Order: sequence, then C-alpha cells, then structure tokens
Amino acid sequence: MRYLPLTDADRREMLSVIGARSVDELFRDVPPSARLGAKVAGLPDHLGELEVERAFQAYAAKNVSPSVAPFFIGAGAYRHHVPSTVDYMIQRGEFLTSYTPYQPEVTQGTLQYLFEFQTQVTMLTGMEVANASMYDGSTGAAEAVLMANRVTRRHKALISGGLHPHYRSIIQTTAHWEGYQAAIGKADVEGLEDLIAGIDKETSCVVVQNPSFFGHVRDFGKLADACHAAGALLIVVVTEIVSLGLLKPPGEMGADIVVCEGQSIGNGLGFGGPYVGLFATREKYMRQMPGRLCGETVDADGKRGFVLTLSTREQHIRREKATSNICTNAGLCALAFTVHLTLLGEAGFKRLAEINHAKASTLADRLASVPGVQVANDSFFNEFTVRLAKPAAPVIEALAAKRILAGVPVSRLLPDDPSVADLLLLAATETATDDGMDALVAGLKEVL
Amino acid sequence: MDRSQGRTGGIVSGGNPAPATFTGNRALQIEEPLIFEMGQPGRCGVDLPEPPPTRNDRLNGLRRLGEIGLPGLSEPQVVQHYTRLSQKNYAIDMGVYPLGSCTMKHNPRINEKVARFAGIGDLHPLQPVSTVQGALELIDRLAHWLKTLTGMPAVAMSPAAGAHGEMCGMMAIAAALEAKGERAQRRTVLAPESAHGTNPATAAALGFTVKPIPANEAGRVDLGALKAALGPDVAAIMLTNPNTCGLFESEIVEISSAVHAAGAYFYCDGANFNAIVGRVRPGDLGVDCMHINLHKTFSTPHGGGGPGAGPVVLSAALAPYAPYPWIVKNGDSWTIAEDGARVDGQPLGRLKAFHGQMGMFTRALAYIMSHGADGLKQASEDAVLSANYVMAALKDVMTPAFDGPCMHEALFDDGFLKDTGVSTLDFAKAMIDEGYHPMTMYFPLVVHGAMLIEPTESQAKEDLDLFIGALRSLAERATSGKAAEDFKAAPRFAPRRRLDETLAARKPVLRWRPSNSFKQAAE
Repeated sequence: MRYLPLTDADRREMLSVIGARSVDELFRDVPPSARLGAKVAGLPDHLGELEVERAFQAYAAKNVSPSVAPFFIGAGAYRHHVPSTVDYMIQRGEFLTSYTPYQPEVTQGTLQYLFEFQTQVTMLTGMEVANASMYDGSTGAAEAVLMANRVTRRHKALISGGLHPHYRSIIQTTAHWEGYQAAIGKADVEGLEDLIAGIDKETSCVVVQNPSFFGHVRDFGKLADACHAAGALLIVVVTEIVSLGLLKPPGEMGADIVVCEGQSIGNGLGFGGPYVGLFATREKYMRQMPGRLCGETVDADGKRGFVLTLSTREQHIRREKATSNICTNAGLCALAFTVHLTLLGEAGFKRLAEINHAKASTLADRLASVPGVQVANDSFFNEFTVRLAKPAAPVIEALAAKRILAGVPVSRLLPDDPSVADLLLLAATETATDDGMDALVAGLKEVL
Repeated sequence: MDRSQGRTGGIVSGGNPAPATFTGNRALQIEEPLIFEMGQPGRCGVDLPEPPPTRNDRLNGLRRLGEIGLPGLSEPQVVQHYTRLSQKNYAIDMGVYPLGSCTMKHNPRINEKVARFAGIGDLHPLQPVSTVQGALELIDRLAHWLKTLTGMPAVAMSPAAGAHGEMCGMMAIAAALEAKGERAQRRTVLAPESAHGTNPATAAALGFTVKPIPANEAGRVDLGALKAALGPDVAAIMLTNPNTCGLFESEIVEISSAVHAAGAYFYCDGANFNAIVGRVRPGDLGVDCMHINLHKTFSTPHGGGGPGAGPVVLSAALAPYAPYPWIVKNGDSWTIAEDGARVDGQPLGRLKAFHGQMGMFTRALAYIMSHGADGLKQASEDAVLSANYVMAALKDVMTPAFDGPCMHEALFDDGFLKDTGVSTLDFAKAMIDEGYHPMTMYFPLVVHGAMLIEPTESQAKEDLDLFIGALRSLAERATSGKAAEDFKAAPRFAPRRRLDETLAARKPVLRWRPSNSFKQAAE
C-alpha cells in the first residue's frame, strides 16, 4: 500500500525490539469478545490512484457543475472567481499539513497570516478585535448569542426574521439544549421588520443580518441605540462578505458583535463546506470571545513574533469553565480568505463589490420585465427576492431540467411557512454573464 | 519613512556568535513584514473589469464612505510574501510530526485533487437535489464506510469538527433523556481526569455538571470508582478509547454495561480511532455515540488548525435524535432530509448551515478507498507498532508513564528529568533544533510533565530510528546534569526563539494598527 512505508522485514525487526511475537500481542488489552479476526466484512480492498480518480469522476458526472450552467444561486453561499494564486498558496504543504500553532517558534507562518486575517476582519467589519476564525458563519452566529448571554448575564435573544433560516435554526437548537430563550421574528420578506418594540430588560441580544436573507440593505443605527439603552448587545450577521466593499460596515452602525460567512473570499462553494466564519467585537468584550486568538509579542532576542494568546478562555486550559468548546477552527480557509483579500486590496475589493451590485441590478431590471415575476426588493446588494406567479419550487426544478440553476425557492429553507411558497431568491455575482441572464429570462418565460 | 518595513533586523542573539546581517535575514530564513507594512496605493493583485454603468445604486443610502484600510499588493508580492511565511512552518510534509492525540499522518495529494473536480468542489449546497445526485451518493458512501468500520447503525455527518461532534453527540443524549422524561433528573456527566478539555467544556455548555472519574495505577478508568459514581443522576460517561494515555481501556465492556445498567449513555471520544480501525468496532464495545475526526484518522489535512470534520456515529438508541440534515436513498436516487422534513424520529435540530464539511468528506473517502479494508487495518497496526517501537527504544533513557504495550501513542512522564533543571518544555523546545516538531506536552494532565508521542503509520523505520536517536541524545544530554542552560536557550535555529507569551496575554495586541503596534507593545 503506497502510503505505508514499513516493510514486512521492518515490522519483524520492530517487533523483536519491542519483544513481541506478533502485532496481535500489542492489542492484548482489547477484550476478546471485541477482537475482529479478519478484515471488516463488506468493504472493498485498496485501490490505486487511477481507480480512485475514476470513482470520483463518476460521482462528479452525476452532478450539474455551476461552471457549465447559468447560475444564480446564493442564500448564504456565493459563487465568486477565486484567483489561481489562492489555491496554490493553500496547497503548499507547509500550510496544508501543519497543525494548530501550539509551538510558535516553528509555526510563525500560520501565526502571522492569522494576525493578518484578524486585522483584515476588523477593517472590513469596522470592529476593534477579531478572532482567528470560526467553523463558518452559521455556527459563529450561535456562538455570538452565547457570548452575548455571558456578557449581559441575560438569557433571551431576539432573532430577526431576516436572518438566514439555517442560522436561525442553529440558534434555536443551541437555545433549546443550552438553556436560553430565542424569540424568532416571522419571515421578513419586505425588509420592514421593527425589532425595537421587542427589546426589554431581559434581552441579551438582537440578531440581525445585513443584507438580510431576503436581500434588503438596512441601517441598524437606531436598533443599536435601542439595544444599548436596554443593556443588550446588537449582533450583525453578514453572509455575503463582498457586500462590505460597498456598504457601511456594521461597526459604524453600532454593532457589538459582527459575524460573517467568509466563504465568498478565497473559498469555493464546495457543496456547503468547509467555509470560514469571521467573528469580531469591541475590545471591551475581547476576553468573552470564543475561539482562537493570535497576538503579537517578542521572542528572546526581541524580534517581533506571534503566538496564540488569551488561551485561559479556552477548553484545553479552562475545561468546563471555557467560553466555548471550540478547538479546531478553519485555519486553511482563513488563509484562503487572507490571500484572496490581499490580492484584491482596497481598490480590488471595492471594485469587486461594485461589479456584483451592478450585475445584480441588471438582473433585477431584466427579471422585472418578465410577466409573472415581481421584484420584492427596493434595496439589495447582489441578491434579491422575486415573487412568482406560481410556486417557486417546481419552477426551479423545471429550469434545472433545462440546466439552468436559477436560484433558491424560499420554501426549501422555510418549509413550514406557506406565505413564502411563491418566493424565489436570486444572486448575481461577477461570475454572472449576459448569456446566462438571457437563458434565465427565456427559461422563466417558458416555465411561468 | 521606516526603511525596515516592519523587519526587525540587526538584532544579534546573545547566544549566537554569527554577525548581524543588514536585512536581518539568515540565508533562507527571511524576515517578513506584515502585508499592511508592504502595500502601496495603486497596486492591485487582480485585474477586474470596469463595473458596468448603472443609473442608481440600490443600497438604501448606506454606501461605505471611508477607506477600509486594506493594503495594495501586486500578485508577485503576494506570492513571495506567503511563500516566505510558509517557510516558517513545520509540517507533516517535512518530517516526523509526533504530536500525540493529533494523528499527524501523511496527507495524500490525490485527495486534494478529487476534492477540486468540477462537479464536486464547485457545487452549491442549495442546487436542486436532481442536480447533485453524485454528491449525495458520495456522502452516503462515506457514511456507509463509517458505519461499517464502527459497527454502528447511524451517522450524523454535519458536525464541523471533533468538538462540534461532541456537541452533537451530547445533544443526542440530552434529547434521548428528554424523550424519556429524565432530562431534569440526570444532570451529571462523568469524565476521566485524563479527558480532552473539549469533553468537560461540551458537557458544561449543555448544563451538565462534570464529575471526574479517577484513573487506576494502570492508567485506565477505575471501574470501582466509576460504579460508585453511577446513579440516577448520571446522564452519560464521556470516555476516550484508546484513552489519552495511549492505552486501550481493557475493562471497556464492563464499563459500558455498568453505564447502561444505570440508565446512562456512553459517549466515546473518537479522537484516537486511528489505533483500532479495522481491528475493533466501537459498536461492539457498547458505545452509544462517537465522533470521528476525519482530520485525524482519515487524513484530511489539519491546515494549520482546521477545517476539520466530526461526523458522529450513533447507536440505535440515539439514532432517532440525529440532527438535520441527512441523506435518504429512495431506490436509485438520493434526497436530503432538511429542516421540517416529516420523519419518524425526533431530530435534535440543526448544528450547521447546509450539509456538513463536504470538502472533508471527499478527501476522507478518497483516503479510505485508497486504503481499502485491508490497508486501513494495516495502517492501524503500523501506527500501533510504530508507537510501541518508539516506546521500547526510549524506555531506558526516558520514563514511560505506564507499563505494557501502548496503542498508537507512547506516553512518557518527566521522571527522567528529575533534578536535571530541564523541564518537559525545555526538552520539547530542544527537539525543534534537532529538526522535529515537539510531541504533545503537559497532556494528559494526569501524568506529571507528560510527553505524548504519536509517530503514526506514515514514517519509514529509518526515519523513526533517526528520531529515536535524536531523542536519546537529548535525554542523555539532559540527564548529564550539565546542559540545563543549553536546554533553556532552545530553540536557537528556528525562525524565532522562545516567544514571550506572558507579554502577549498581558497586553494583547490582536491586530495591526497604522500607528505601528509593534513599537507600542515593545515599550
């Protein structure tokens, strides 16, 4: 087997040094009833690299790749062009095959890019400090609520109906099992929801998304004031990080915690993961943050270096008193994010955002002229909601049969809400083409 | 203008007789500034077209007004910067990475290749299910392997990492207790003192009180103490097996029987599954749920601390509570049961957006298919053999923490360093100068000055022999009683010498600022 360097001669020699007659002796602590004599039944033997490749080509052939179809799907994961340099960098073995930087003298590469990542995250969000990443935006949002509960010593979260339904569902799950209340607003299709009236003296936090799940762009300045007046924190979620190239950042709106899905920068769609969660807050809440933090220091020669720091918050030190149980995070996806954002820089990132907004504006204008399609948004970044003349789910299936990947029927994510049956969510990024829009418009005219 | 651009050249090490260089570089060790110290306005590493003209924006008056502050770099600068950073890292690709409990095994590149195939790596998670049949089949195939290798009937694929899998498994236990009306009464979770920190952290997050279970002299759970602790208040035991001392829990069947007889559940931390794949099925040991770190046992790259994946296998008792989503096979096609799907069980909810860490599933399945049932068994045997070989070759100069064969990791205490003035930390740092990443140190907590060495199955015998030679040499130097100062000064040859972690924690600098945070921190 190509990955196993030991020869039978090696094994015999090693056994003799150990003083064992066979490898079975090394497993003598396994209870006899649990020892497997032969291989596990019902599983095939090893394959060469060529055979493995063929097997995966066969899986791939049964899917419709977005690279060969007009594509307008968003809803929390966005198709962007990732420069080749990004993928080359993250495949360097020194990054790819290194572990969490517990030994800083030999992991300054990882630590320095995490420090750069943290800085970039604070700049994009307009916040003061950021951690070294979360699993993704959705789990980060649930951790943000737990953090707000710790900071305020309250246990009631108010959740916007404009928050991504999966994020909402994760918060509900943690609320149920970790013992706090989560009041969920009804689907905010129009972007007119008023959460201020729901805040009271027991509210630990209000969670909103910008642009919202339905695409609306809103200013949460007044909501932030209302939260702070009541002693609650404002958590702003951003699922499309590219929007921050064009939009006022949550930090300038008064957010206390900002959680973003960073997938759009550097990370492919990958059928939902792995992605990278960005997590930023105010300096005063730094010690209540979950996850790893990279900090600057000096070495014994006085040279600048970086280390994981404030680990007294973490599970491997604090055990049952830790701020979170998180250990592994999304290091390599954070590297992809940082390399891509460094390539873009100030000018490139802003231009990318402008292009996204322009493409989506074009798409909205073109769809508005299709009979049976009504654009629901006045404001949006690169994604918006349309109301169709008939239920969206079968329309999407009919378009898929024409090899057009036309968006997400809202009913897929909110199956228990009959009021959303006709709603379709569409996104257009820099990857959208005029030909693709032509195909979508023509397809919709046929299907509706 | 600061010509150093953030470099800290010109500082001569007290213990290093080499002269200073102008750049601060040492040949291939290049001092590298932060990107924020390198950028120039007007540079950009991508060429994007002019945005198409639009009449009015639709941003609701919320256009960003100020500068973000991102630096501008060209593509070659970015390539050089991150290449130089990469060269400051130790990695599996460079040699023995004996970090116990982390399973730093070879990461095959075929896994990276197939994960990037068009039609796999570029799929959107919310494409119509008719357009992702191959992806669902792939996940189902990996699920089949995981269930078969563990002898368990169900698996929850969505947890993003080991700790997330723990959360999933413990929520499933809480859900099962709730269904039986026992959740309010069973508030205690038992965990050995040697447990990973994530175990008590997870249990506490779910409102359980964690009660430690002592180990016996052989480094295993004290069965008598466990039985005494079991009662109507106990929800579960969280146990790693093979345990964090690198030992198989020889009374595991008695433990699971006692736990079940008391009406509690058995959570197994599967971090050490690599020792037993193909030789033991956890389902045969009475396990109710176990997370599998795909980034350990099944070789998805650790990536500098993630991403990982932590699917959780579940017993029949816990399967009804598995979280959304899961894959359902209907004849020749697959669908996904997502939130709100009408099902027989009582799903505990949702833990993660979309369907789990697909990129890790793809890599793990490629690894598993490459090994096959025969290769996986051989890999576990070689991992255990290599650890025992290291133990046997070092036991006369270092002090093994326990007698008898170990599983896939060899645990030493600091007994051999007693009165030498050299600590476990010093010993570990000296390994860096020998060209190795240190072993896991000071874990598990139950062993004084612990050194946990996990060679994995990926090292050739010659490489193990060199590694053993280096450790023997260090142990002999340390115990000579004359080298304490040398050890305290290690590492000398790494990109950085020992870093001041106290300063980092006392005055946290977590981001670069234009005012030059480094100078402020140093003052």
